[in-house]
Amino acid sequence: MSIVAIPQLVCPAGSLAALRAAVDNGADDVYLGFRNDTNARNFAGLNFDEKSLAEGIRYAHQRGRKVLAAINTYAQAGRFADWTASVDKAAALGIDAVIIADPAVLDYAAQTYPAMRRHLSVQASATSYEAINFCREKFGIQRAVLPRVLTLAQVENVIRNTEVEIEVFGFGSLCVMNEGRCWLSSYATGESPNTVGACSPAKFVQWEKKPNEMDVRLNGILIDRYGNDENAGYPTICKGRFEVEGETYYAMEEPASLNVLEMLPEIIRIGVAAIKVEGRQRSPTYVAQVTRNLRQALDAALAAPEKFSVKPAWAAELGKVAEGSQITLGAYNRPWR
Amino acid sequence: MTRLISVPTIPAFILPPLIARLGARLPQWPHAVNLVLALNAARKLGVLPEDSLQQLEGRSFRVTVLDTGMVVDFAYRAGAFRPVFSQHETPDLHFTARLSAFLQMVSRQEDPDTLFFNRTLTVEGDTELGLLVKNMLDALEWPRLSWQGLRQQVGSLRVPF
Repeated sequence: MSIVAIPQLVCPAGSLAALRAAVDNGADDVYLGFRNDTNARNFAGLNFDEKSLAEGIRYAHQRGRKVLAAINTYAQAGRFADWTASVDKAAALGIDAVIIADPAVLDYAAQTYPAMRRHLSVQASATSYEAINFCREKFGIQRAVLPRVLTLAQVENVIRNTEVEIEVFGFGSLCVMNEGRCWLSSYATGESPNTVGACSPAKFVQWEKKPNEMDVRLNGILIDRYGNDENAGYPTICKGRFEVEGETYYAMEEPASLNVLEMLPEIIRIGVAAIKVEGRQRSPTYVAQVTRNLRQALDAALAAPEKFSVKPAWAAELGKVAEGSQITLGAYNRPWR
Repeated sequence: MTRLISVPTIPAFILPPLIARLGARLPQWPHAVNLVLALNAARKLGVLPEDSLQQLEGRSFRVTVLDTGMVVDFAYRAGAFRPVFSQHETPDLHFTARLSAFLQMVSRQEDPDTLFFNRTLTVEGDTELGLLVKNMLDALEWPRLSWQGLRQQVGSLRVPF
């Protein structure tokens, strides 16, 4: 087997402490957002101001790593300047690339800072090479992050038909796999990742502990009821349990985290340029744990792809930090088309 | 790793039930005073971001340690953490876990979301406030200071009431 490209390991950071954890544990790239709704993890106390971003970039660059800024929500009517201001700030601080979904923001970045790398965010929901090549032609994107809806064979087909670098998700909480197009959070609260930068904003979430169970409500809507011995997940509608025709179960998807460890040699073989870890909302501890294990696994897969096997220690630590303490290969190994 | 102080690996231990039974009968105010002193020292060191601290103004907190029987009530008022001596009112935010889980979280051995997913940590009350506090603690970076430098920056330690 010949290796066409060595995939970069792209890890999340919601704080300077998490950025250092990512760099110290072997991330090639760290992605992050500003403290406002121009990024899709806009939660209280999370993310970077100019001072912490400048320090983060300095820390990463000193160690030969790159920092990417996610400016990946859609500009809201009358507030386009907030999104261009984030692009300006990223450029001024010497960011290595911006990750953008909104075509107007992409166009602004391409026109204003042609030399700054542009990555197409997963929130742009581009699943075909035609869509990706269109963004290459119009906005000069250098990389596209694929939504988690494609099988590995479909990912390979995209890679064969574009010169744009392809980034795929390797670990982390799964969305309902309708990225960039999901309005479930808005249905319950009027707010969603694309509009305010947060899915199930915390002000609408109510956890209620009772003697034998724990209820979670989103804007008053009961979305799950956990028994004392059951694992919990994020309070999103897609991962709730609902009564459907007399039966109560996960009607859309189970809380679980994607984990591609066992597919790493295949991911390398088809020419994936970068592997992304989800979780800018998680702690530096999570970032360190996930980065360390993926780094070791990726290095092992690169050194001897034929002999690669998942070490129990990697699987155990990644399984522990997974949402709902469950892992899945998601759409990558879907047998049906 | 970003861990500055080397700490031994903390197992997920459970203290014997007797300790919780005894602990619950002891006065709780010394715990509140100790925690408030530590939090205010951190505030003076500047490791807690000012804009996040401002959002804590007027809010009340409770930390329950299940296997020691310890219940600590405190609030953030007029720019400082203060102990609360009456436990009658429902706090704005309430964290509940065993001692080992709190130690694992503070020493950055375990991720708070992981502890929440596997039901080791319970968070009740204002979820947005909970997220803010979690993110503040996650972002914490202790400065590399000598004890002398530390004492100079923190100054005198007094409990604000």
